[in-house]
Amino acid sequence: MSRKSAYLCSGVSAAFGLALLASSAVLAADIKPAVIYDLGGKFDKSFNEGVYNGALKFKKDTGIEFRDLEIQNDAQREQDLRKFAKDGFSPILTVGFAWASALDKVAGEFPDTKFGIIDMVVDKPNVQSMLFKAQEGSFLVGVIAAKTSKTGKVGFVGGMDIPLISQFECGYAQGVKYVDGKDEVFANMTGTTPAAWNDPVKGGELAKSQIGRGADVVYAAAGATGQGVLKAAADAGKLGIGVDSDQNGLFPGKVLTSMLKRVDVATYNFFNTAKEGSWKPGFNVFGIKEGGVGYALDDFNKALITPETKAAVDAASADIVAGKIQIHDYMSDNKCPI
Amino acid sequence: MSAPVELPKWADVGLIPLINVAAAFVISGLVVIAIGENPFEAVKLLLGGALGDLEGIGFTLYYATSFIFTGLAVAICFQAGLFNIGVEGQAYVAGLGAALACLYLGFLPGYTLAVVAIAAAALFGAAFAAIPGYLQAKRDSHLVITTIMFNYIASAFMGYLLVRVLREPSQMNPETHVFPPGGWVPQLHAILTYFGVKWPVTPLNLSFFLALIASFAVWILIWRTRLGFEIRTVGANPTAAVYGGISPARITMITTLMSGALAGGLAVNVILGEQHRLILEYVGGFGFVGIAVALMGRAHPAGIVLAAILFGMLYQGGAELAFDKPKISRDMIVLIQGLVVLFAGALEHMFRAPLANLLAKFAARPVDAPAVERG
Repeated sequence: MSRKSAYLCSGVSAAFGLALLASSAVLAADIKPAVIYDLGGKFDKSFNEGVYNGALKFKKDTGIEFRDLEIQNDAQREQDLRKFAKDGFSPILTVGFAWASALDKVAGEFPDTKFGIIDMVVDKPNVQSMLFKAQEGSFLVGVIAAKTSKTGKVGFVGGMDIPLISQFECGYAQGVKYVDGKDEVFANMTGTTPAAWNDPVKGGELAKSQIGRGADVVYAAAGATGQGVLKAAADAGKLGIGVDSDQNGLFPGKVLTSMLKRVDVATYNFFNTAKEGSWKPGFNVFGIKEGGVGYALDDFNKALITPETKAAVDAASADIVAGKIQIHDYMSDNKCPI
Repeated sequence: MSAPVELPKWADVGLIPLINVAAAFVISGLVVIAIGENPFEAVKLLLGGALGDLEGIGFTLYYATSFIFTGLAVAICFQAGLFNIGVEGQAYVAGLGAALACLYLGFLPGYTLAVVAIAAAALFGAAFAAIPGYLQAKRDSHLVITTIMFNYIASAFMGYLLVRVLREPSQMNPETHVFPPGGWVPQLHAILTYFGVKWPVTPLNLSFFLALIASFAVWILIWRTRLGFEIRTVGANPTAAVYGGISPARITMITTLMSGALAGGLAVNVILGEQHRLILEYVGGFGFVGIAVALMGRAHPAGIVLAAILFGMLYQGGAELAFDKPKISRDMIVLIQGLVVLFAGALEHMFRAPLANLLAKFAARPVDAPAVERG
């Protein structure tokens, strides 16, 4: 689905770009934004693509062109970052935690350039670090899963086994247990290497095994692997939960909801604040309160979410914002209380 | 199967690789035209990015260093008639040796740490190659199959270690602490700055010279020692080698060990020379490119150095090309590299017969073996 939307977006932007040519002299950019994706690449149908979509939207709204680049290996990180900075690009957004070391070095060399990083903290006076409270969004879909499950057993399929994904898993488990402490959560990671982000076959097998053990809702936080998970759930007549972008339309009626991690919003804001002069370095945390994470409700899953479930999840959401529900962040101590 | 076509040596080692690369570039040029860019401009950007300034040269030679090591690792096995596809995994595990030395032997004074870490990288690489080597030598399990599978084992094993054991708890990235500076292989720009010469910051480090020394050492070993003769004999005809009193099992074992140790050079260049910490999947396919480098370099150290520099240029120049021409994505660069591999490796013999015929026509007297007609 997200691929389709990307095509749509690029189609729109191409048309828009033509219209733009005429007026580009007037709109001569006062900022030169740039994006460098992680090794996963621009069109990963998930995380990097979300950034791309946010940048496209910015281009559409403001007429300001952006440059973007996919790297091939780790040695290029510093090299390309430095090159963008040297060529006068600012703000420069790096996508993903793997950029931390390179950014830390290069940001010091170009103190007048604005840098950004997603999913990681780089403590420099010219860097904005954007973090997502994935545990909050995962908690909400955990509540929905537990409310919907008839067997009291739900599944989780993660991508690569890293703390970032354990953060999803832990938030999800807390949401499930919040509804009913006796509910069971089966959790599996697809692998330990980046290939785990793109292994739908194995993702599907893991989901099938969880379904075989009685799970009737399976949450996938696994990049492109997740499509295999959602398909396995749909084929078995069970329900899947998507991640990062709204994946409800992938298997209409078979995807219960999607945990939204709005990297597109973060990207858009990152560029837009730079354009308007309100850009600030430091942390920028995106939780439920900031509209950075949430769950997807649309025509595809309207029928699946009962009014009672909706009431419960909205109440939980309000309680999280109000601080009445404390969700443990796996990444704070690399432990999950559940 | 026809008999191999005889070519004069200069054509075999000089002309054939050049024609292969040229063919790859012509096809790549057509693809560049197809996506609406100017191929000549692309070539200019690629060459300029790779060799146009000191920074480009630094990166080119840095990549070339990695390819020399992995190319040598593959080539030394070629000489014994073995095909080691596991350089990727052996280099990965070698990185573990380098990292463990740096992280746990930090008390060693000065650059002795780097020396120990280099030895550890070679040792770990060799140890990881020893298992498939043993299985080939004693159990006749085919090295191609076992080394392919050992790449997966290396990947899973290292992934586990980096994610669960070695990762710095505050770090999201599965990577170790930064090594103490004594374990770093000095980078060229730092050395030159010390002597007052200006050189841009590039990852090029002393491993490059280590790679050249290793190339020379491999040449001596293969063509100037008794062991090298034994290796080549086993490679040419194992049955004859046995008749000559050479144990193929012993040679297989020794060769795979040396191959694994050479694969460790990749860890020296990338882990000790540039990253200064062990990171997940740092090998990034360089081990596999080593196969192409070895094929293209005709398994001869001099050829490997040249082929490695060519691939270094493709990597660095390709990165510059992708940077300057947003239309030419990184996949395009992979395509060009793939075409070079295709023509230099798989279609190696395509131009041989026509070339031999052509040369025979021009030669004063025909080459001693009659050129095989292929219709």
